[in-house]
Amino acid sequence: MNEYIPILIFLIFAFLLSFGAFFFSIFVGKKSSYAEKNSTYECGFEPFDDSRGRFEVKFYLVAILFIIFDLEIIFLFPWAVAFSEIGLFGFLSMMFFLFVLTIGFVYEWMKGALDWS
Amino acid sequence: MLYEILIIILKVFIIIIPLMVSIAYLTYFERKVIGAIQLRKGPNVVGPFGLFQPIADGIKLLTKETIFPQNANKFIFAFSPILTFALALLSWAVIPIDYKVVLSDINVGIMYIFAISSLGIYGIIMAGWSSNSRYAFLGALRSAAQMISYEVSIGLIIISILLTAGSLNLSEIVLSQENYWYIIPHFPMFLIFFISTLAETNRAPFDLPEAESELVAGYNVEYSSMTFGLFFLGEYGNMILMSAMTTILFLGGWLPPLNNDFFNLIPGFVWFMLKVSFLLFVFLWVRATLPRYRYDQLMSLGWKLFLPLSLFWIIITSIVLYYY
Repeated sequence: MNEYIPILIFLIFAFLLSFGAFFFSIFVGKKSSYAEKNSTYECGFEPFDDSRGRFEVKFYLVAILFIIFDLEIIFLFPWAVAFSEIGLFGFLSMMFFLFVLTIGFVYEWMKGALDWS
Repeated sequence: MLYEILIIILKVFIIIIPLMVSIAYLTYFERKVIGAIQLRKGPNVVGPFGLFQPIADGIKLLTKETIFPQNANKFIFAFSPILTFALALLSWAVIPIDYKVVLSDINVGIMYIFAISSLGIYGIIMAGWSSNSRYAFLGALRSAAQMISYEVSIGLIIISILLTAGSLNLSEIVLSQENYWYIIPHFPMFLIFFISTLAETNRAPFDLPEAESELVAGYNVEYSSMTFGLFFLGEYGNMILMSAMTTILFLGGWLPPLNNDFFNLIPGFVWFMLKVSFLLFVFLWVRATLPRYRYDQLMSLGWKLFLPLSLFWIIITSIVLYYY
């Protein structure tokens, strides 16, 4: 546990520095705001509408795929560290897992989930 | 107890202050290197050789007005650059610069870095969403999708290294490279890892989130003054961090290239800094040389090439390790 106290102190200082830079800049920076300056940027027009609308579902799909693969990576971490001790059984189990995962991956690929056109 | 905490605070300052200076001078270095590649002089007016340019830039950013757009969610809008910058610093708590020269030598070091760098996406998504601007929102979505795609291949490559090193501790990973650096057996993975770090830090040729010709500046369109500055510093801090990670995983950290008396004269942290500087130079070199990728090319490169290749490499590595 003792090893994590320096990290906690580091975290406090990192946020102090960030907040400090932010508030210091608000304090010393000049202030002259008016409606046009504070409006949303839109290439010289008055803003047409805001961004609370629909967006491409592809991004959502990428996020789902990411969760699957990231879970798999987290699953591989302990396996990789203990690899020299788990022997043939451990090795084959993970190969089977990766094989199942690859089937899913090939299916996604064939379905066109990875295409962006 | 109080004495120990004071020592830790001193160590924190010893890490943060050189890091801040490195980030500031990386921006100067970038402009000089790109200037030299394009046969220009780069910044040369402020101070000798323009050496005070980063300081002048910092003061300029600090004294500008912080704009809060009226449609924005003000609290999230203000918090996201702070979060981005703090997270960019946070990973340095576990990076070993030399033998035993590290703030906290935790036994899950690589996982800690992996976790903290995943959190970095929150800053970008929050910035893009809270700005309530079309450009910023699109930029943030692109950026997040790109970062999570390449994080998968980065994670899988780290697994290959872990298989070879057999430890999650960063110092032990470096020490296990005493006989040969992992760039030799894992050379293809080194290339993929480097390209993935380019995409992970949103650098050219993968700087689509800030494609200035279409999205103006991506997720930080609405930011000004130090709020922009924090994003900017965070991005450069992440570049240095990713170079340090590549150094630790593939280039033997603080170890000299050959274990002879002459090379051992030079202290380890100098080797570490030399390797990191070289990788940062390659970052800038790539930016000055290559044109930008198209978004569909970028995603298919990540998912259709890097992911299968790095998965395949894990299988090969484990088979080779099992038989030897």
